[in-house]
Amino acid sequence: MDLVLVWFIAIAILWTGYFVLEGFDFGVGVLLPSVGRNDTGRRVMINAIGPVWDGNEVWLITAGGAMFAAFPAWYASLFSGLYLFLLLILLALIVRGVAFEYRGKGDTDRWRAWWDRAIIVGSAVPAALWGVIFANIVRGVGMDADHTVTSGMADLLNPYALLGGVTTLSLFTLHGAVFLTLKTQGAVRGRARRAATRSAAVALPATTAFLLWTQAAHGKPWTLPLVVLACVSLFASVLLAMRRREGWSFTATAVTVLALSVALFGALFPNVLPSTTDPAHSLTVHNAASARYTLTVMSWVGVVFLPVVLAYQAWSYWVFRKRVTPQQVDPGSEDTTDHDPTAGKGTATT
Amino acid sequence: MEALDLARWQFGITMVYHFLFVPLTIGLSAIVAVLQTAWHRTGKHSYLQATKFFGKLFLINFAMGVVTGIVQEFQFGMNWSEYSRFVGDVFGAPLAMEALIAFFLESTFIGLWIFGWDKLPRRVHLACIWAAAVGTNLSAYFILAANAWMRNPVGYTVDPDTGRAQLTSIWAVLSNTQAWSTYLHVLAASFIIAGLFVVAVSGFKLWRSRTRGDTGTPGVTPPSGEHELFRTTLRAGMVVTLIAGVLAVYSGDHQAKLAAAYEPMKLAGAEALWETEDGAPFSAFAVGDVDERLNVIDLNLPHVLSFLATGEIDGTVHGINDLQESYEAAYGPGDYTPNVFVLYWSFRLMIGLGLAGVLLSAAGLWWTRRRRLPDNRWFYYATMAALPAAVTANILGWLLTEIGRQPWTVRGELLTAQSVSPGVSLGEVALSLTLFTAIYGVLAVVEAGLLWRYVKAGPSHLVPQAPDGDDGDSNDRVPAFVY
Ligand code: HDD
Ligand code: HEM
Ligand code: HEM
Repeated sequence: MDLVLVWFIAIAILWTGYFVLEGFDFGVGVLLPSVGRNDTGRRVMINAIGPVWDGNEVWLITAGGAMFAAFPAWYASLFSGLYLFLLLILLALIVRGVAFEYRGKGDTDRWRAWWDRAIIVGSAVPAALWGVIFANIVRGVGMDADHTVTSGMADLLNPYALLGGVTTLSLFTLHGAVFLTLKTQGAVRGRARRAATRSAAVALPATTAFLLWTQAAHGKPWTLPLVVLACVSLFASVLLAMRRREGWSFTATAVTVLALSVALFGALFPNVLPSTTDPAHSLTVHNAASARYTLTVMSWVGVVFLPVVLAYQAWSYWVFRKRVTPQQVDPGSEDTTDHDPTAGKGTATT
Repeated sequence: MEALDLARWQFGITMVYHFLFVPLTIGLSAIVAVLQTAWHRTGKHSYLQATKFFGKLFLINFAMGVVTGIVQEFQFGMNWSEYSRFVGDVFGAPLAMEALIAFFLESTFIGLWIFGWDKLPRRVHLACIWAAAVGTNLSAYFILAANAWMRNPVGYTVDPDTGRAQLTSIWAVLSNTQAWSTYLHVLAASFIIAGLFVVAVSGFKLWRSRTRGDTGTPGVTPPSGEHELFRTTLRAGMVVTLIAGVLAVYSGDHQAKLAAAYEPMKLAGAEALWETEDGAPFSAFAVGDVDERLNVIDLNLPHVLSFLATGEIDGTVHGINDLQESYEAAYGPGDYTPNVFVLYWSFRLMIGLGLAGVLLSAAGLWWTRRRRLPDNRWFYYATMAALPAAVTANILGWLLTEIGRQPWTVRGELLTAQSVSPGVSLGEVALSLTLFTAIYGVLAVVEAGLLWRYVKAGPSHLVPQAPDGDDGDSNDRVPAFVY
């Protein structure tokens, strides 16, 4: 197979992995105030993603590095062209990462309230902006013959991109809510279940509309099944969540994110950044790629190390598979019931 | 003022900031791993306390390294798109390898280590901190190989059609002499800093408990075990610093030789050596006139520079004025002289400030021999002052390296002025520079405050004293929900 194609796929995999994984920890961050309510609840939530969020974020770093190595022109035009979005994402990721680590290290309420805000904003901003960015990538941006992006903010905030932002924000929130029903115990779990239904009320229509628009304007015949799959599994995830099949529900939201991401990359191919100024200025997998030698080297590195990474990341998820309970984070906690008549029955899925 | 100037400031500021935390992460991860190994081997409660205590400080610092690193990676594309386009083929490879091979390892196993205290078998848990330490130390190699390539580009050709650099040998890039040499030097500097961090913290705690009987909690007498603990870590930190210091001098000497070979202008600038000389002296102190391109006052150590640069006391060292001419002949008219003032003083202060702590450690090991502990308060002040000195030395070393490479980003291939993003406006860079600087400023205060708080609280705050003696096996399974 053509190495250039292999690397396009590899980059699609890295971004998809990133969205599936960090998607839920963004969602948990977004839900911190509504599902967390009190300090114990928030700590349950943060500890549920505590061991894994940094590993999830490395998917982004690897995706960025791989783009730099395999498609330098793509990396260069995209990152300089969508400057302000990336700036906001970076700022968000900074405060968010520090907040997880520092929140519990002070003991005043004000201290924690500040870091809570950092987590909420730091999660919501990237969750929305990745949608805006990827919608713009698929749609194309103004770009001259030197591949310098010329689109201004007014152009980048077009309706399609905004819908993309709503889609990822609501979808990641749902993904996070379902994750919490699967990984926590007690009041948080009950509230997360209700949050799942609420976020689905936005995620379902937004995702469906965004995918249909994508398919109509940029789709290929073979991306259609992905669009259908994404919508169906999203719908299924809500039903499953309501039936307390939490493991399956989480699988379904993960499949939705995965299918959405793959559909976007499919719609994009063989371009990597289309130019709306003149199609001849578009960056494609061919004119953006590194030379064969680099791609070969990187392929070997990927073939050897990616399975190893997947293995130990999977192992870390296995180690932390148990639910986080309020008693664990706060031994004196009164919060022992599920605030829910069926408390304790829903553990079967872990 | 152009976008270029601000982009350079932004790179410098964010990189220096990233590198405030990174050396400590590199060194302290290994030190914590060793402490935990000692606990594992001996079962002594005080080693567990030390592991937890320094582990906590390590994590506070680690978080900052992580979040500032992402900025560095994205910044190449955002501010330096022409650079990225030109070098991506060569430079992107080590960067991607760093993420895939090192960062995943490090971040996953740090998570396992933080949350795994009561979930993993002891051995496995110990292996986790080692895996994280290995990942950290590995990550530095890849990024430094990328950086070394900019100073000594190897293993590539420039494609005549696209005008882009093309990788021809990844092995050449990864085994670049400049990469190995830089790695050793940076590793040495990192362990000096980590060692001095342990020294400073231990010195502070010893001084406090001597002068005030302070435990962090008013009215509580210091646990005697804690005093003993910090005496041990004080000496251990000094040993680390001393060994790393020897490596720093050795590899620094090698760095100077490589600079003489690949970047003679950097070395000449670092010595304010305006004219070419055989048997050139090492300047200890000079007052120069940069406009007239000569030194007014110069205090010299004869022949030392020639020896440092070439290994022979009468070797030829090229001067700035000759080099400027030869660069003009090779690359066309232009200013190829970097900022001599900054280079000259960075070089001197790097060596002086960096080695001060090494000397202190050598002396300190003697003063604390056979269970002694000096009474002189200046000793304790010095243990605390050595750390900021070494951190400053480390930054100055990078200023020497990076400013000395100017006006090139890739020596002989790409000028800094050609590297910047053409589509990014002055306003955008100004905005990002302002926001990063502001947020970094705030976070610096927060992190310093947290370190201070945890240092003051001390280890007993994290792990209770063992009930009697050193076999506190009963309560070492502390709850792992740290967030
Ligand atoms: C505590 C820190 C520390 C100490 C004690 C030293 N250095 Fe250093 N030096 C660094 C920290 C550092 C650094 C920050 O880590 C640099 C920046 C880039 C690099 O490779 O290491 C550096 C760079 C650097 C360079 C520039 C390399 C280049 O641009 O190619 C030279 C020539 C030296 N060093 C030489 C020395 C010598 C001769 C030393 C002692 C006798 C010495 N350093 C001690
Ligand atoms: C921790 C270590 C580092 C520090 C403190 C540092 C510092 C600096 C400073 C102060 C500048 C501005 C120089 C000037 O414009 O006059 C600069 C520029 C730059 N450095 Fe570094 N640097 C470090 C490591 C690296 C590494 C590892 C790389 C690449 C892998 C790198 C790549 C660059 C680039 C691309 C520029 C911008 C172009 C330029 O101004 O030369 N730096 N750095
Ligand atoms: C321009 C150059 C640099 C880039 C692009 C860069 C990139 C990064 C990134 C993305 C992280 C976060 C990793 C994570 O989330 O786990 C990070 C952290 C780190 N970097 Fe840098 N870095 C640069 C310079 C350096 C230098 C010069 C060194 C060492 C000599 C270094 C060593 C480290 C280490 C040890 C960490 C510790 C924390 C961690 O990896 O999680 N970096 N860097």
